[in-house]
Amino acid sequence: MDYLNALALITNYILLPGLTYGSQLALGALGVTLIYAVLRFSNFAHGEIMSFGTMVCILFTWLGQSYGINFGFLPTALLFLPIAILFSVIYCILLERIVFYYYRTKKSDPIVFLIASIGVMFFTAGLIRFIIGPSDQSFNDGVRFLFTVRDFKNFTGLNEGFGLKTTQAITVITTIALCFLLFWFLNKTRTGKSMRAFSDNEDLALLSGIDPNKVVLLTWVIAGGLATFAGVLYGLDKVYKPFIFLQMLLPIFSAAIVGGVGNPLGAFVGGYIIALSELFVTFAYKKVLGYILPEGLGPDSMMQFLSTDYKFAVSFIILVIVLIIRPTGIFSGKTL
Amino acid sequence: MSFIQRRIVIFSTFFFAIVLIGLLQSWNVALGIFNLCLISATMALGVNIQLGYAGIFNAGVMGFAALGGLAAVLISYPPVPETISLGGAGILLSAIIIAIATLASIFVSRSYLSKLYKRTTIFAFILISLFLINIYGSPAVEKIESFEPAASGFLGGFGLPIIFSWVVGGVFAGIVAFVIGKITLGLRSDYLAIATLGIAEVIIYILKNEDWLTRGVKNVNGLPRPVPYEIRLQESTWFIDFCERYNFPIVESSSILVKLCYCSLFLAVVTILFVMSEIALKSPWGRMMRAIRDNEISARAMGKNVKARHLEIFILGSAIIGLAGAMLTTLEGQFTPTTYQPLRFTFTVWVMVIIGGTGNNYGSIIGGFIVWLLWVEAEPIGLYLVELITSPLNETNPLRIQLLTNAAHMRYIMMGLLLLLVLRFSPKGIFPEGK
Repeated sequence: MDYLNALALITNYILLPGLTYGSQLALGALGVTLIYAVLRFSNFAHGEIMSFGTMVCILFTWLGQSYGINFGFLPTALLFLPIAILFSVIYCILLERIVFYYYRTKKSDPIVFLIASIGVMFFTAGLIRFIIGPSDQSFNDGVRFLFTVRDFKNFTGLNEGFGLKTTQAITVITTIALCFLLFWFLNKTRTGKSMRAFSDNEDLALLSGIDPNKVVLLTWVIAGGLATFAGVLYGLDKVYKPFIFLQMLLPIFSAAIVGGVGNPLGAFVGGYIIALSELFVTFAYKKVLGYILPEGLGPDSMMQFLSTDYKFAVSFIILVIVLIIRPTGIFSGKTL
Repeated sequence: MSFIQRRIVIFSTFFFAIVLIGLLQSWNVALGIFNLCLISATMALGVNIQLGYAGIFNAGVMGFAALGGLAAVLISYPPVPETISLGGAGILLSAIIIAIATLASIFVSRSYLSKLYKRTTIFAFILISLFLINIYGSPAVEKIESFEPAASGFLGGFGLPIIFSWVVGGVFAGIVAFVIGKITLGLRSDYLAIATLGIAEVIIYILKNEDWLTRGVKNVNGLPRPVPYEIRLQESTWFIDFCERYNFPIVESSSILVKLCYCSLFLAVVTILFVMSEIALKSPWGRMMRAIRDNEISARAMGKNVKARHLEIFILGSAIIGLAGAMLTTLEGQFTPTTYQPLRFTFTVWVMVIIGGTGNNYGSIIGGFIVWLLWVEAEPIGLYLVELITSPLNETNPLRIQLLTNAAHMRYIMMGLLLLLVLRFSPKGIFPEGK
């Protein structure tokens, strides 16, 4: 019986990757949920906006690298993240002005917004493949690990250990900082309060003199910025694949719905729920049980609920369970 | 211009374009494109029933089409006796376990127990059946998949004529639609969109990974055809005589004849579906659907069961998409799970329906035709445009090379622009509803 080794294994294979992936999902889901809260539609283009921001970041990183710029032990991409955010925010504002503004003034059905967002998705997906091509791009330089499994083992003398990737640390820290900032903004500042008021009751907000255009633009700016963060952090942690972002829509939407659509806190928690359960369900527990159970009782099979190929299915199953049991999500959503 | 004239003009313009391709490129290409146009039109009819008649948003077209493809494999492929004797019993047992667990869960959920009891029992059923499947199913799957993995390694099908699979594909898609619809209809409309997006991904994952069923990414090739093979035609005396009499090249005309056979089969399907949807649209049932779509609350006040009607139409539309998926796999003669991509299947069909005009069956057909034609021709158009724009640049300019290699992706940009422009400036599409 060896709980420390089992704990180290779980940390290495479930907790750390889960927290990282969960942070990325949370950032994406926050964008989806904000758009939903203010504009009342599910933005299918969100994944492609993430991809767009990441692409800009990659292009600038390449440019920077060709001039020999680097960021020490941190990935160079972080240096160019502000530029990428600027680009994707501009792109989002253009989208709002050119595409969505018209339907907003006409007060179209949410379904029209949804279809328009599919048009935007198509266009953006084409633009991205046209500029950077459909193949994988790896742009993570800098030090890969803060400490490796081997360092950990040497340090503690355990059989198993966990390593901490630089990208994992960056992702989790950035996400928590961003979320604090966002919640502070929404709850304490005047603009944030006006956003919440607008989401809660549009007509009343208009009567109180809140400028709807300002609120909507601000929502797009925040959503675009968060999307770029999510995309770049995901790309750094894994690899940038243009087509993966359409697949990521499902876990992102699931995260938003599990927490309660339109509720930022829900999106934040939902991201971690989805990511951690994906890993918990697809992890092979053979080794862990071998440590925990008494000698000789360790299982022979892999002890895996679902093969890792089905990790996207997990978010779908969670989505279905939530829709059956509690359609409003954990933190009953709908308004900011 | 009356709307009948309008229909005639637009349809003849499309056929003129096909004839032009036939004359300029070759009849083979033109017929190939037209066959896929017909399949696209079928899918668009299915989506139009859901979106146009009832306003239901199905973002899982890809999954339902893939289920049709699976049906084509399971119905037509000859059974593989070795793998069946190796693992057939285990798979059958697992299927029975799943069926029993499902029936038991339904029985429990219909009973008058408290919610907590129901949920714990159903959860226990799921765990037990997973455990049993692990015992009986997994070894069988391993045995099947390790049998000649390069050539076979799956159970095969029933060896029936592939035409039957068109109906079976519809049934498969309908069953899945029933389950999804039961869960999500009645909630907000976005939820259905997201749930269908999810089920489509899950279906594709299953088809890619369950090698015992579909050979996964190894693909199933050589599905039997409902029409004659080119080689056999080229050997038969009547065909050689026929070609010699009219001075046709034998090889080319054989493949044209095969394509014409497919074409007539698909045309028959599209015609039957179209007539049925038109009758449905004009019937009291169609009027009720439109009433529900336009004002759900008053329809409910008139005593219409909105959720049941939505479920009905969601199943119907998905079944048509499944049928179209089976037709597609029949035409291609092979089942390749990796080709199912949401941009190509789900969202392109959306563009077809919206451009044609939601709620109008003529619109869905012409939308399917035009959008597929554009989808195919986007690559040459994109190449031409890029060549034109970058012509001042040097031949070896890296930017020019990069843009030229990515020119095929112009089609996504084109689809997006087309959708946005139509939605903005002519939201009713080519043929507005009721015209």
